[in-house]
Amino acid sequence: MDSLERVGWVVGAALFCLLGVPWFLWGDDTIVAGLPLWVWWHVGWLILASALFWLFAQRHWGVGIEPETDRDSTASEGDAFRTDGGGAQ
Amino acid sequence: MSLELQVGIIVGYLVLALVIGLLAYRLTERTAEDFYLASRTVGTIVLLFTTFATLLSAFTFFAGPNLAYLHGPEWLLVMGVMDGLIFAILWYVIGYKQWLLGQQRDYVTLGEMLGDRFGSRRLRGLVAGFSLLWLFPYVMLQQVGAGTALEALTEGAIPFAAGAGLITVFMILYVVIAGFRGIAWTDTLQGAFMLVTTWVALAWVLAIVGGPSAATGTLQAAAGEHLALGSDYYTPQFMLSTAITIGFGVAMFPQVNQRFFVAGSKEVLKRSFALWPILCLLLFLPAFMLGAWARGLETGIDPVAIQEGGNVLPLILAEFTPTWFAALVIAGAMAAMMSSSDSMLLSGSSYFTRDLYRPYVDASITDRREDLIARIGVVVFALATFGASLYNPATLFELGDAAFSGFAQLALPVIVALYWRETTRAGITVGIVGSQVFYLSSVFLPMVPRAFGGWSAGLLGMGLGLLLTVGVSWLTASAPAEEQAIYFEGLEAD
Repeated sequence: MDSLERVGWVVGAALFCLLGVPWFLWGDDTIVAGLPLWVWWHVGWLILASALFWLFAQRHWGVGIEPETDRDSTASEGDAFRTDGGGAQ
Repeated sequence: MSLELQVGIIVGYLVLALVIGLLAYRLTERTAEDFYLASRTVGTIVLLFTTFATLLSAFTFFAGPNLAYLHGPEWLLVMGVMDGLIFAILWYVIGYKQWLLGQQRDYVTLGEMLGDRFGSRRLRGLVAGFSLLWLFPYVMLQQVGAGTALEALTEGAIPFAAGAGLITVFMILYVVIAGFRGIAWTDTLQGAFMLVTTWVALAWVLAIVGGPSAATGTLQAAAGEHLALGSDYYTPQFMLSTAITIGFGVAMFPQVNQRFFVAGSKEVLKRSFALWPILCLLLFLPAFMLGAWARGLETGIDPVAIQEGGNVLPLILAEFTPTWFAALVIAGAMAAMMSSSDSMLLSGSSYFTRDLYRPYVDASITDRREDLIARIGVVVFALATFGASLYNPATLFELGDAAFSGFAQLALPVIVALYWRETTRAGITVGIVGSQVFYLSSVFLPMVPRAFGGWSAGLLGMGLGLLLTVGVSWLTASAPAEEQAIYFEGLEAD
């Protein structure tokens, strides 16, 4: 993983945590269905977090931790094999 | 009658925990790895709930609703960001990497993992030493809490020392008998119990007052400012400082950090990771909304009494629900307290035997003997904290109170070491010692402030630890005994 990609993951994760609090609703006291709107935002955000974490676990698990070659081994080996095969023909 | 019922429910609960410990005992092997980590075989449900129950102490049950009652429900956001988001991400960033390393090299403690990579017995001892410095008073505070709660609940029939002693004896029994497996199983029961009783309590109160809209309406009339996001109490600096320092601190608390090693497989970790935020939300939402709504309801509760150390949750339950149910919820709070303390005893003992006794006193110790010493360690640790709780000395109280931020100081040097190959032994050692010294002086020395422009000293200490670790590593060369490759090469998933 190059450093730009690494910075991207770190910044993304930090922003995601930061937005658990709806700062743009600061001072707002709108009530929706018996709860302040900002409480609903937080409820939705944590549900979204579970969904995104699930997606991450399916698609990107190991990023930044396991060696790239291991994680992508199936894809890249397949590609290499195809290229070799093409050359032989 | 109600007193007997309450005591009956609590003792019944303690006995149930002990029975589960005995069941778990039938599966234990007599090795240190099994005693501390259940031989790294834990499945999704048990891992989720044992982490959950360990993470949440009596604080969620008592102090959390108190804060929501006094200042508004923003506490939900602080805890949600801290545990549901920050801790979850750290569970991947620190936890998954620790799990892989543990699988490969049989690490049982954080100090062991760092000591091995940096070829340093001193670093290993240092991490264990600082951890025990914060852990000991924190366990003591839990015992103080249990003793106080039992005394209040039984109106003095069970005096403080007897209550704290009773809880301590039960914990020693099932921790010594069944080790991690017993704790994890009782945690699963305790976690599920906490969730169910909190939702039933909320439903019960809302059914009587006429639903969430009615409850919010009365809160609007009594303390309308609580419904607007933010206040003089909940400033952005306070919310962020608290969420960040506690979130990172939790990941370095021995009993939570050690859970990073125990998952049975990668799939278990993936599933736990995805379910975690929702699990946190499921407990925090009812617990803190109940506290917040209590402010507007017609009860005899006086805000001044809560300010001075009363607890709103038992009071509101006493007002709206039958005695047996209120006692059940108090038993739930006791469960929260015990499920944190028992794990702390076990982890404290493992830090002592693995990172202090073994390297410094007897390196040639057999597995069987280490298992025995670990159990003796649990008894000594529990009795010592119990002894201290009877006196509750001011210094220990302050340390326990500051424990989360104290542990948070370890997090960034550890993350740097896990992800930056150029980290040196000198760098991480200076980073850990420097940030600990800074934070300890902010707790104890009057000339070092506890906050700078609204940002807590704990958060600044974390920044200092990061700067020192990176800066000193950059200036120094790695020592000959260091093995830089350990954290980077050959980390296979399965």
